[in-house]
Amino acid sequence: MPYPELMVKPMRDELVMAGIEELRTPEQVDAFMAEKEGSALLVINSVCGCAAGQARPGVRAALEHSVRPDRLATVFAGQDVEAAARARQYFADVPPSSPSLALFKGGELAYFVPRHRIENRSAQEVAADLVAAFDRICAAPTPPAVGTA
Amino acid sequence: MGTFHQGKSALHGITVVVDTTGAEIFVGRCDDEDERSVILLDVDVHREGDGGRSKAEYVARAARVGVWKKHDRVVIPRGQVASVRPLGEVAPA
Repeated sequence: MPYPELMVKPMRDELVMAGIEELRTPEQVDAFMAEKEGSALLVINSVCGCAAGQARPGVRAALEHSVRPDRLATVFAGQDVEAAARARQYFADVPPSSPSLALFKGGELAYFVPRHRIENRSAQEVAADLVAAFDRICAAPTPPAVGTA
Repeated sequence: MGTFHQGKSALHGITVVVDTTGAEIFVGRCDDEDERSVILLDVDVHREGDGGRSKAEYVARAARVGVWKKHDRVVIPRGQVASVRPLGEVAPA
């Protein structure tokens, strides 16, 4: 059951104010994921402070890095249920967890940080994990699409 | 922003690996634990050798991306618990 919107708004704003687009409908998710070029970070936001309290500031800190994904978006698990379910269809081989962080390159999942790798870590540790992934994945050229010359 | 789970054990909300003295090993989100039991939510369970995988191999794989839950809630009697550790501390496969 979703929490009252008044309570979760600061959790939404914490990411939106960092320049992350919030996707609240399946259609918005599809539109975001339809763009395959370059890299994209999708933040699966969550209410639970056991991990989300480190995930959001960790993401914000990572985005201060010089190398970062081309596009940024978030869906709110447990709140925007249909949007989150649609987002998970784009990495259906990965067990659902929230919060979690999905980094795509050329439309393919390239790196995933599940909830258990956020729990018990500081925001700085989450950020360091993401920054390393940004350097490795976002800075690399996008591989050509299969079937193109 | 704080959590909303006062009065629970220190592992509350943390995804843990509960190894047992028997063939089973569990991965789930710890709800609570005390001297009588460990209570897990959204739980997967593996038996030694299932799918050709040992407990260690199963846990290393779980550490990479997590687990698919088989049970909403499992209560493991403390007498059957060999160890409890956060999944996040396990090196991924």
